[in-house]
Amino acid sequence: MRSVAIVVYSQLMNGFRNRWILGLTILFALFAVGIAYAGGATSGHIGYTSLATTITSQASLVAFLIPLIALLLGYDAVVGEREQGTLLLLLSYPLSRGQMLIGKFLGHLLILFIAILVGFGLAAGLSSWQAGGSDLGRIFVAYGIFILSASLFGAAFLGLAYIVSVRAVERTRAAGMALLIWFFFVVVFDLALLAVLVGTGGNPAERVIIPYVLLLNPVDVFRLVNLLRFGHGAGAMTLSGAVMHGALGWLSLLGILFLWGIIPVSLAIWRFRRSEI
Amino acid sequence: MAGVELIDVHKKFAETLALDNINLSIPEGLVLGLIGHNGAGKSTLFKLVLGLIAPTSGSIRVLGQVREPGRTPYELQVQIGYLPEVVVLYGQLTGREVMDYFGRLKGTSRGQRKQLLEKVGLGPVANKKVKTYSRGMRQRLGLAQALLGNPRLLVMDEPTTGLDPIAAEEFYDIIDTLRSEDVTIIWSSHVLSEIESRVDEVAVLLQGRLIATGTMDQIRQRIGLPVTIRLSGRFESVGEQVKAECARYGDVDVKDADHIEIRVADAKKIKAVAALAGIPSLTDIQVEPPSLEALYDHIVSEQNRSDRDA
Repeated sequence: MRSVAIVVYSQLMNGFRNRWILGLTILFALFAVGIAYAGGATSGHIGYTSLATTITSQASLVAFLIPLIALLLGYDAVVGEREQGTLLLLLSYPLSRGQMLIGKFLGHLLILFIAILVGFGLAAGLSSWQAGGSDLGRIFVAYGIFILSASLFGAAFLGLAYIVSVRAVERTRAAGMALLIWFFFVVVFDLALLAVLVGTGGNPAERVIIPYVLLLNPVDVFRLVNLLRFGHGAGAMTLSGAVMHGALGWLSLLGILFLWGIIPVSLAIWRFRRSEI
Repeated sequence: MAGVELIDVHKKFAETLALDNINLSIPEGLVLGLIGHNGAGKSTLFKLVLGLIAPTSGSIRVLGQVREPGRTPYELQVQIGYLPEVVVLYGQLTGREVMDYFGRLKGTSRGQRKQLLEKVGLGPVANKKVKTYSRGMRQRLGLAQALLGNPRLLVMDEPTTGLDPIAAEEFYDIIDTLRSEDVTIIWSSHVLSEIESRVDEVAVLLQGRLIATGTMDQIRQRIGLPVTIRLSGRFESVGEQVKAECARYGDVDVKDADHIEIRVADAKKIKAVAALAGIPSLTDIQVEPPSLEALYDHIVSEQNRSDRDA
């Protein structure tokens, strides 16, 4: 435990030092506050619109950003140490491979969490202020769930980055692989699904299966958690919202997202333990 | 108790046999020089001793404890110091921060970290980033981290690369201190002349096999390489006569008018020196045992020959 804590601490300190945390926090805060303030611009007025609109817009944005950031944070976690020769040294210390990986993972997750918490915490504050003090409970709960699900969502892609990092021989290849993963989950997956649906016209069997296929993509799961909480209207505008409607509730989806948060990193640890170094 | 003991150790990576039947016992407190080309199996041997990989077969004991595959137990690892060959220690951190990170993992005091940085001469640059360090400074930082927690076993891969002569001398002093504290040391080096006088025993690795082990004297005797006798003097007038005299004891190599070298079998060297000392116009006479380099070259070429014959 002590060893894990030491690695987490060092990872976190690095996050502060190389301005990852600062940069991410500012990025999130700008987007979150921007959407909260100007989210209703399309409907012709600036300022607070509805909580549902704000959160769903923020969720769509985060669905693009967080995977990219998590993959960038995590792809060189192991291969970077390997390339500079510190991996062997580090593991010659009283530190098991599992402890090392968990420590780094938790450190990275904490970096992401701090940035999300501060960035979207500000947005929550702005929304409360715009709402003039009414609705405080609802805003608080909505952002609480948003921040929790965004963190789990980040953990999923950090875990995927770690799998890449454990397997890669070179940093550059790991980076390329990480970008491919982002492209696949954020762009290709939904497009492919849409193509299938349109191509076949959506026969009854597909209608049953496809909601569950969506669970294979953490991007969709994250989006759905935050869409479905606001009932029919909000989610139905998107493809995933439409197909998921009625199949699973947002709480079960949050559970699925939790699994997405822990399974990839567990696989990375498993792979790391049985690899020759 | 043996510091390190390898019994019938084999290590196979996919198709290649990296280590082939290694039997090696290093008593506690011994300084062992490990010699071998790149790819001879040195780093594989290091990884096995450090517990980073498991042998394909055979067993390994380190500081009295049996190495179990995939385990790097706390009580054992805190007693081991490791200095890898290429040390790029987190360039974005300062020397002090590097020592803090590694020191915490070994549970050392702040005082020791500071003292070690000063011991290797990095006290004045402790707060500078490692990426601004020269090669020699990085090497010294590597050594400082290896000494964290007063290790009982020190594994060093080419520890003096990049050190200037003064830093190398300081490094040898540190090794001498550790030797007096009975620390077991495995030290690999390409600079054979450097190891020669500073290790208790040597082990020669060639293509994954341990082809010679023992003290320098033992290996010299076993291989029977000739000693070199160097004569200096004004030999112009008596040239041929001196050459004939020298040829009675071994192969003569006339360097120039003033210098002659003779390779003499170890058993004959005293007789030869006694006789040659009488040569007129001789100004100096030196006797040099075969160097580790010569021994190593000899062993390697012999091994290659027997491999061809087989």
